[in-house]
Amino acid sequence: MRDIDLSGRVALVTGAARGIGEATARRLIEAGCTVVLNARTLNDEAQAVFADLDALRPGSTTIIDGSVAEPAVVATIARTIFAKYKRLDILVNNAGIQRDNYIGMIPDAEIEAVMVNNVFSVIRLTQALSRLMKRNGAGSIVNVASILARTGNPGQFVYSASKAAVIGATMASAKELGPSGIRVNAVAPGLIATRMTEAMTDADRRRWESQIPLGRVGSPAEVADVIAFLASDLSRYVTGQVIGIDGGLVI
Amino acid sequence: MELQQRVEKAFTDALDLPADVDWATLEYRQYETWSSLGHMTLVAALEEEFDAMMEADDILEMSSFNKAVEIMRKYDA
Repeated sequence: MRDIDLSGRVALVTGAARGIGEATARRLIEAGCTVVLNARTLNDEAQAVFADLDALRPGSTTIIDGSVAEPAVVATIARTIFAKYKRLDILVNNAGIQRDNYIGMIPDAEIEAVMVNNVFSVIRLTQALSRLMKRNGAGSIVNVASILARTGNPGQFVYSASKAAVIGATMASAKELGPSGIRVNAVAPGLIATRMTEAMTDADRRRWESQIPLGRVGSPAEVADVIAFLASDLSRYVTGQVIGIDGGLVI
Repeated sequence: MELQQRVEKAFTDALDLPADVDWATLEYRQYETWSSLGHMTLVAALEEEFDAMMEADDILEMSSFNKAVEIMRKYDA
């Protein structure tokens, strides 16, 4: 089997300071990619993670901090990538937030925050950066959705809706950008060991785990492997797809 | 080349306009080729000509040839 070679490619990974974003950035750097790393806040923890990532291949990363929920940050990202690299080959829309609350108890501000962070950011980044991809007549966009977009879950009304919107955005952009040589796919991680799943109650965690045919929680690296595949030419005839990475939770 | 001529070149390349086009009155959707899809082709041509990355607001506000000339001044390094 061929390994994934992304030498010479430039990627942006949002929410790259931890979890799936960090693992994806690591996987892409190891595959030879130059990676623009984004984190909402460049705190000590994020700086340490980014230093580790750059040490994998010194000089292979650029850091742009700021929330991609902010249009001005998206514009800065686009300008910086254009000025520094003049190209973008891979966009991984990973940044997102999770706020759980039961129906009837969800403040408006929470609805807005989840939708802006999880959906608007994907739309804005796709809109801004697909233009850069079009110049080369090629590109791969991978959106990180969630198994909850397909199954839903009590207490995750807004989060599930936001990830379903990401899948809708994936389908529409795949159709529109395909003629320009840009592929758009989504991954739908199931129960993955990240800080976001640590916020689950023990009862919820046990209930989910008991339903996983492969019998275990997944790792961020296992999601990153699929994202790297979708980013690479190995998936050159794949677009508009949602790949479940869930140990068989949804079959 | 003057800035206006460079914008004309991008318009001509992107939108397949007639030779006698009246630049001074040219507006979005006046010709079939300057559709919403054509607009994105035009943006790509302008970005190529000016070696720039246009802001989203500028793309949306570019409703005429004259407006395009005005907008592209800020990308004319």
